[in-house]
Amino acid sequence: MKEHDATSSLLSALLAGALFGFGLSLSGMVKPEVIFQFLLLRDFGLMLVMLSAATTVMIAYKIVPRLMSKPVFGTSFGVHPLQPTRRVVLGAVVFGIGWGISGVCPGPAIAGLGVGNWPVVYVIVGLMVGAWLEGRFTHRE
Amino acid sequence: MSALAHLFPSGVASYLAGGLFIGAGVALLFVLTGYIGGVSTFFSAVWSFFSRWHHFQQRGLLTSRNWRVMYALGMVLGAGVFTLTINHGHAFVTKVPPWQLLVGGLIGGFGARYSGGCTSGHGICGLGSLQKPSLAAVITFVVAAIITAHIVRALGGV
Repeated sequence: MKEHDATSSLLSALLAGALFGFGLSLSGMVKPEVIFQFLLLRDFGLMLVMLSAATTVMIAYKIVPRLMSKPVFGTSFGVHPLQPTRRVVLGAVVFGIGWGISGVCPGPAIAGLGVGNWPVVYVIVGLMVGAWLEGRFTHRE
Repeated sequence: MSALAHLFPSGVASYLAGGLFIGAGVALLFVLTGYIGGVSTFFSAVWSFFSRWHHFQQRGLLTSRNWRVMYALGMVLGAGVFTLTINHGHAFVTKVPPWQLLVGGLIGGFGARYSGGCTSGHGICGLGSLQKPSLAAVITFVVAAIITAHIVRALGGV
């Protein structure tokens, strides 16, 4: 477990998170009002944000493992864990309902603190309770 | 009005540039550490510090919780840098009512963890890995959110 706690990895995560948070702010995704403009089909900018972010990541996920045998500070390249499709889709329905009510998804809930959007504390409390309930529910199954 | 201006009344530049920064963050995390930078796992990982419940003591959470906390701190920091520089120190405070934020957060938190990802985990990392379940998840949660937002609006919400 030691390699995961290496200072270099933790500082990398801090720097990567900072780019992520800056991008969420620059794109307006930290504003629930902008998310609702998309969800009410008045401004499709959110699609551009997702497209441009996913394309950048796709290029990195494709090319980097071909150029390097392992990450700069790590031991191996991870993969996004696959879950059964039924679970993924059912969860996505529930997630979509929540997102459609609050206009805030997990990234902007955290980054919102940095733009002074203090009411995201309500979302963070909700997300924490929701994550806890999911843990209890999943292991009850 | 042209089709482009109709679809994007606020222009496209800030959306594309913002997405590029988000993608650069997730890509940098991958290059430096090999980690997959979804966000919603953070909330379960935080529980691993406090809850003895075996679900929250899974190895995947225990080995990733430290970097996930740093990743979250970085997100706050990056948003703060944006606020102090480009936004000239102006804070943004939403007018969405607290009940919507709390209830939406709770339902969304459950769903994201059950689904194994949110807008970042499925929408950016999953699509970036060309995973079909993630594509299904994105289409599903976008449609569900669009329908929900219309209903909430019709019922008098924001």
